[in-house]
Order: sequence, then C-alpha cells, then structure tokens
Amino acid sequence: MTEKIRILVAKPGLDGHDRGAKYVARALKDAGYEVIYTGIRQTPEAIVKTAIQEDVNFVGLSLLSGAHNELFPRIAELLRKEGADDVILFGGGVIPEDDIPFLKAKGIEAIFTPGTPIRKVIDFIEANKQRVSR
Amino acid sequence: MTELAQKILAGNTRSIARAISHVENDREGREALIDELYPHCGKAIVWGITGPPGAGKSSLVDRLIERLRTRGKSVAVIAVDPSSPFTGGALLGDRLRMQKHAVDDGVFIRSMASRGHLGGLAGATADALRIFDAAGFDYILVETIGVGQTEIEIMGLSDIVLLVLVPGAGDEIQALKAGVMEIGDIFIINKRDLDGADKLRVQVEYVLGIKFAEQSDQMNPILMTSAINDEGVDDLMDSIGEYVERMKASGKLANRREQRLQDEIKTILSAKIFAAFHDFMQMNGEIDTLVQEIVHDKQKPYALINAKIDGFIKEMHTK
Repeated sequence: MTEKIRILVAKPGLDGHDRGAKYVARALKDAGYEVIYTGIRQTPEAIVKTAIQEDVNFVGLSLLSGAHNELFPRIAELLRKEGADDVILFGGGVIPEDDIPFLKAKGIEAIFTPGTPIRKVIDFIEANKQRVSR
Repeated sequence: MTELAQKILAGNTRSIARAISHVENDREGREALIDELYPHCGKAIVWGITGPPGAGKSSLVDRLIERLRTRGKSVAVIAVDPSSPFTGGALLGDRLRMQKHAVDDGVFIRSMASRGHLGGLAGATADALRIFDAAGFDYILVETIGVGQTEIEIMGLSDIVLLVLVPGAGDEIQALKAGVMEIGDIFIINKRDLDGADKLRVQVEYVLGIKFAEQSDQMNPILMTSAINDEGVDDLMDSIGEYVERMKASGKLANRREQRLQDEIKTILSAKIFAAFHDFMQMNGEIDTLVQEIVHDKQKPYALINAKIDGFIKEMHTK
C-alpha cells in the first residue's frame, strides 16, 4: 500500500463564500489525494485541532473576507504551539498581492489568488510532499 | 513498550492520530504496535452507525456525541467515506456535521477513506478502533460509508448497530431483502418530518413482525428521529441504553465480542495467506503464464489453478 497524502481544506473567518474551497477540495480529490472538508466559519483553534486529529500533511485555507492577515498567521502559530509545524500551510481567496510576502513570512508557504489554474496547486503539493512523508 | 504505545495509552492526541496513519498506510511496526496495545483494549463501547447515503448518519452522530458528552463520557468517532476507484482520492466530509465538537478535548474525530476496501469500512478501521480503545475513550462511534444492501462489515466490529433509514427508498419488498436490513439492532427512521416517514415505520414494523412472530418481545426497537431538528434523540439514547443492558444480561454482548474476534482472526489469516500467494504468483510472473496457457494452449482452467495452489502449498512447507 502506498502512502496517501491527506489535505485539510478549511475556511476560517466569517464569510460564507465556499465555492472556491469546495472546488479546490473536489479537484484535489480528483488528483488522488484524501481531502477533509470541514465547511465554513471555522475558528483557527478548530482548524488546528482538526489538522492534528486527521494527521494531515497539508492545510489549505480559503478566506474571502479580508481577515487573512489576522487568521492565517494565527493558524500557523497554533500549529507550531501544538508541535505540528511539519504540516504545510497554503492559502487562497481574495488576497491582495501586497499581503503575500507578509503571509509567506508567517509560514503560509503559497498563496493562490483568483484565476489560478488548479494545476498550480497540485504542482505545489507534488513539489512539497516529500518533505511531509513520514 | 515503545514510546508511541506509551503515548497512546496516555491519550496523547498527536500520537493517536499518527498511529492511525501508521495502520492506514500499513507502515512497518503496525502489527507490533497493535499487539502492544491489545492488552489494554476491550473497555470501550462501540456503536456502529450505518445506512444509505444522505440518511443523516453524520448529523445523528453529531447529536449522539452531544448526549454522551453531557453524560461526561469521552467519545472517539471513526467516519468512513469512499475512495475513488479511479484516482484513489477521497472527499471526507462527514466531520463537517460534527465540527462543533472540534475543540472539545473529550472528542476525537477521525475521517477514513475506504481505500478500495469493500464492506462499508476501511481496511484499517478495526486497528484504528483498537488504538482509540487503548487510548481510553469510553465510546467509539463508527460511521460507515453510505451503504446499499451488502455492506455489513460494521456488524462484525460493533457492540450494537444503529441502522439509519430515510423515507422514500422503496416499498416493503426492499425492506424484506437480505443484507443491511438484517444487521440493525436499533432501527432509526431519520428525517421523520418528511412525507412517508410513518409509512416507512409501518413497513419496518411489518418486516420485523414477520421475523419475530414467535417472540415479539425480542423485536428490535424502531425509533423516529430528526437529527437536524434534534428530535427523538433522547428517546434513541434511552433505547440504546436499554438494548445494551439487555444484551449484557442475556450474554449476547459477550457472544458478539467473541464472534467478532473469531471473524477478525479469520480475516487476518486469509489476508496474510492471500498476500503470500500473491507474492508467490508475482515472483514467477505466473498470472501471465496462466492466461497464456488457458487462452492459447487451451488448458483446463480449474486443473491448472489447482496445480498452482498445490505448488504454493509445497513451497510453503519447504520454507
């Protein structure tokens, strides 16, 4: 049996725009990954707990409300606190270009803005999955 | 004892989660780990929750977690969803209905993909169950994939099976058929606010009435719930409690657990024998040769296959 890559697709924040997150979840399933989808309005604490219980390799965050500079780093910090900093974080949504360097510095390794082909997300996972193999 | 096993026994979340990945991926040390944990198993009560897709299994599990938490019990949930037969990928969405328990330290929810395993569960579900059991959870709730008629493996894994049905899935002939309809301990008609719920109740009563014509006191309870509206759940909890007490008193629970162990030993044995035979055939490229011999050389298939198996048994002897 081969090792399966597990990815949590989570939506922090208060917006209810989940089409993007659902699209990504579905596309990653079709790419052969095991995707856990938890729905909208998840707190950073719930996302981190879920990531740990599900023992995921990646967490993909989707947020369209503008609170990314607040919530994404908070999730990275909580993961570190729980000793789960081997989980790779990426994000997407309506995120201004100017915010991306800040988010990367905070440990969100890739940001996929609207219009990104799904192939780029898959390439990102493929390029990094060796790092999270256990 | 290994450090991992120690941490599991201490209830460490990270270690439990990691250990389940170990058994799911069949990593080295899987069998030794389970053997280490095994003496600490047997304390948890296991509820199986099964039924067709969209019946409301996850929403009901959400309510059951709520009730068990109010009683101060710790709860582990294993929620199985299907893997794609084409890509091997899976969308695990059961825990979406249970996320309000995500930050509760007394609740551990783990999604599992079936990974090609038939029967309504994942191949590693039994081992995951043991990990939770050893970790000291009071209750383990196992939710199957949405089942059709033959995915009855949950019966061999749980102390009690809750069969969740919904109105609108066919007439009483469907309910008379063999398979899933036979494995329920407690029958739950969820979405009781929908049209046809009462009719379904009558149909289920009819079917069970035939089965228990001679001993109507033994008939399985039928409960009507609406998980979303939180209706009928307390009655369901009472009914489960009474049923389990009855099973304990009659010795049925102990029997069932023994039967479970028997089934499991058989499953593991056949899996191991199959794997050994598979290796044996692979090694010699035998399947291709067999096909050649049957198609081109017009050999008799059963005679050939029996000869192969004899060869395999002889080789096992000499090992």
